[in-house]
Amino acid sequence: MIYFWAFVIGGLICALTQLVHIYVPRLTPGHLLVGLTVTGAVLNGFGWYDALIKFAGAGALVPVSGFGASITRGVLQETQKLGWEGLFTGTLEFVGLGIAAGVLFAALAALVAVPRA
Amino acid sequence: MDRDRKAIEGAKDYQRLVQQLAPKPNAARLAARAFLVGGTICFLGQFVFDYFRYRQPTEGEAIAATLASMILLGVVLTALGVYDDVGQLGGMGAAVPITGFANALTSAAMDFRREGFVLGMAAKMFVIAGPVIVFGILAGTLTGLVAWLVGAGP
Amino acid sequence: MPAIAVQRLGEYTVQLRQPPRIVGAFTLMGPREGAGPLGQYFDAIVDDDMWGEVSAEKAERKYLEHAARRALDQAGLAEQDVDYLIAGDLLNQIVSATFSARSLGIPYLGVFAACATSALGLGLAAMLVDGGYARRVLVATASHYQSVERQYRYPIELNIQRKETNQWTATGGAAAVVAPPGEGAGPRITRITFGRVVDWGIKDANDMGAAMAPAACDTLLRHFQDTNTTPGDYDLIITGDLAKVGSKLFRALVERVGVTLGGKHMDGGASMYGTAPWAGAGASGSVCSMAVLLGYVYKEMARGRYRRVLALPTGCLHSPTTWQQGDSCPGISHAIVLETD
Repeated sequence: MIYFWAFVIGGLICALTQLVHIYVPRLTPGHLLVGLTVTGAVLNGFGWYDALIKFAGAGALVPVSGFGASITRGVLQETQKLGWEGLFTGTLEFVGLGIAAGVLFAALAALVAVPRA
Repeated sequence: MDRDRKAIEGAKDYQRLVQQLAPKPNAARLAARAFLVGGTICFLGQFVFDYFRYRQPTEGEAIAATLASMILLGVVLTALGVYDDVGQLGGMGAAVPITGFANALTSAAMDFRREGFVLGMAAKMFVIAGPVIVFGILAGTLTGLVAWLVGAGP
Repeated sequence: MPAIAVQRLGEYTVQLRQPPRIVGAFTLMGPREGAGPLGQYFDAIVDDDMWGEVSAEKAERKYLEHAARRALDQAGLAEQDVDYLIAGDLLNQIVSATFSARSLGIPYLGVFAACATSALGLGLAAMLVDGGYARRVLVATASHYQSVERQYRYPIELNIQRKETNQWTATGGAAAVVAPPGEGAGPRITRITFGRVVDWGIKDANDMGAAMAPAACDTLLRHFQDTNTTPGDYDLIITGDLAKVGSKLFRALVERVGVTLGGKHMDGGASMYGTAPWAGAGASGSVCSMAVLLGYVYKEMARGRYRRVLALPTGCLHSPTTWQQGDSCPGISHAIVLETD
């Protein structure tokens, strides 16, 4: 069942973003992705986005809104443990892996592959 | 002279003319393509998560492995020159998932490597994906601050 | 004090006294351009757009330099036989033109008019030759899809979805030698109307056709007014790379002021790739108009199909920085008239 929702929720997030892209041409894809990230981050202030992840699994985790939500989740977790220091130590708790993996794999790819039109 | 004046007056409603004559994008079709491509990538992600869930001790580690795998997928498809075609087909369906983030890093790294590894590839690797990280950290920290002060949290 | 012979027609146009000729031309294009409907008109096609170079920038200057040298060959000339090289391209500091000039060793006049570089260069060359300031002038330009995309838009492999108004930068180089009429048999450049910058507020850099159409309209109307001509006086009125969307706007704009182009209008960008889906509205790039003029129009004039052609290449003069800062995209269009004897 979660497979169904992963497909639908993930697809809906992308489709809605596409519609905004069409009807608000001033917003570039960069702006839209930032908007989604911020939305995910804000929605997880009270754990609502994590609830969506429980429901739709990868359909909520994989889109970039899940990235923002994971940052908030890290901050919340660390501030519980450490107080105000958690505001800084928590941000990359869950997304650090994604950034590190991205840098590593992208650098490897740049070593071996060239762009083609 | 008369023609000149008429032409200049035309500038005022040019935007309207452009709107009139511009090709109208087929919103339904583009949204459907975004839905299908984005949904498929997330579906694949769920599949990967399930695979790792039974092999990793905690769910947190399974999530980590899933994200790393999806990033690797995005990098590989970019290096193969395929992900830009996925983007042409799916639009936001390719940009929004984390594979799109990987594609942003990889495409920039591949492109700017020609200016050297330090001044090119490394300096410009985050030129496209940077805003997501910057605003993610800004929004996440601010939200976390507010939530912590209000007394919420896991 | 003898008066200098006035060679101006009306307010904006130059009438050349002994109109110089294009005595040699060469178009050297990439595979996509070779595969398009105009492919047969190009003199040489390279089978890989990178042409064995490690970067697109190095490839672009290779296209420019080679086209320039082959144009000299076509005219039976050597570098020392031409007095100036007028060249430009789309890259910052017009480096493809500069580095080609470095190898050619000809006194170099670098110019920038984006995709209107062809008409700017040919027009200036004609004026220099007709005025007696140069024996012969070599004009060249080139563009490359990847180098232009990197500079103006996004990394090549990024998942950006192109829209119908987006254009595809043409890859290739094109060059011509302009010389006095007695020296060869090509078409003569008889009249020039250099345009002014026209900006009607288009902020979407992905819709250059809309940004440039007003400039083409402005220059066209000024040219007609100065020369007292109408579309009926020409066999072909060819814009550079307004492409499909810009062409519709251009035609609508000129019709509003009572000018009917009829079937005389053709656009280089709209024709370059036919109906290829990846091409969006059509081709762009500084080489687009130059290659269509020196490939298609030049050869069709030699065959006798066109005797009098009004060419109006257009350029979109924004930069990525100005666009990000919220400025609109200004356009420009330069007109030259080509005639066979």
